[in-house]
Amino acid sequence: MGGAQLDVYKVDLLGLLTHTRQRKQPNQNSKMVKWSDFERAAIQDIFSKINYDVVGCAALSRCLIVYPWTQRYFGGFGNLYNAAAITSNPKVAAHGKVIMAGLEKAVKNMDDIKTTYKDLSVLHSEKLQVDPDNFNLLADCLTIVVAGQMGAAFTPEVHGAFQKFLAVVVASLRKQYH
Amino acid sequence: MNLTAKDKNTVRTFWAKISTNAEDIGTDFCLKIKSFFPPFFRMLVVYPQTKTYFSHWKDPSPSSAPVKKHGATVMAGVADAVAKIDDLRAGLLSLSELHAFTLRVDPANFKVLSHNILVVLAISFPNDFTPEVHVAMDKFLSAVFHLSLMST
Repeated sequence: MGGAQLDVYKVDLLGLLTHTRQRKQPNQNSKMVKWSDFERAAIQDIFSKINYDVVGCAALSRCLIVYPWTQRYFGGFGNLYNAAAITSNPKVAAHGKVIMAGLEKAVKNMDDIKTTYKDLSVLHSEKLQVDPDNFNLLADCLTIVVAGQMGAAFTPEVHGAFQKFLAVVVASLRKQYH
Repeated sequence: MNLTAKDKNTVRTFWAKISTNAEDIGTDFCLKIKSFFPPFFRMLVVYPQTKTYFSHWKDPSPSSAPVKKHGATVMAGVADAVAKIDDLRAGLLSLSELHAFTLRVDPANFKVLSHNILVVLAISFPNDFTPEVHVAMDKFLSAVFHLSLMST
């Protein structure tokens, strides 16, 4: 099976095979992430509406439940034996708030999340030694929890903006891994 | 990916609860509750690289016939997989061969579709989509899509 290339073969009306390549050219001049007005507004709106106490705990709990290998990073958290124990664990709830506080920093500095997260990235790579692939798992759980909280307001377009924001957050957290 | 008996029961129970709406999740329900958009269309919007497999559709909007039809086809496939949960490999063999050898879909895209199904379930059934149901559905969809691709 092929890799992740985005080649699209189209057969045009004359039956000729044309090969269209869809590959983004890296923009050498700008290192900043560009946010549209809609994206900025959507991210601010999400974070103004969600309940931080609920979302942080719920997202981290789901991550520990759905992807149980992530529990390896929380050896000091006590009882994580089953879903009920995880969702009622006070250390999980407290750490959920820590995560939300970290995300809030990114929301307040959307134009340079990479610099804002430099120390956090070093912390996760050198001290906590977290496999960065796990960041995507937490991001997915966060998306699902936010979707549940926001309901119909979490339209595909809003979902797309949130997805982009989390992708930038994850990339920034991965930045200092060497 | 091994589904335990508990996982299978959780999936069956949850699916039975929502199954009067399962096809609706694919099509009309979403138009009734305008913003609930089906998982398939949501995936096309949030992960535009998936649109490359559907370049033969002129209109990729949620109300277009091919998107509605394919959304319903996908959710019907998932419903079928629930019914065949005790032997997914045999049950999904022909779909598996289709996606692997004819459509040749990059495996990463199935994980993306799976995520979008879970997001729509979270939106549509916030009280029923508990962490226990979430993990069972995640494992189930992983098993379904893993088998949809790795037919050899």
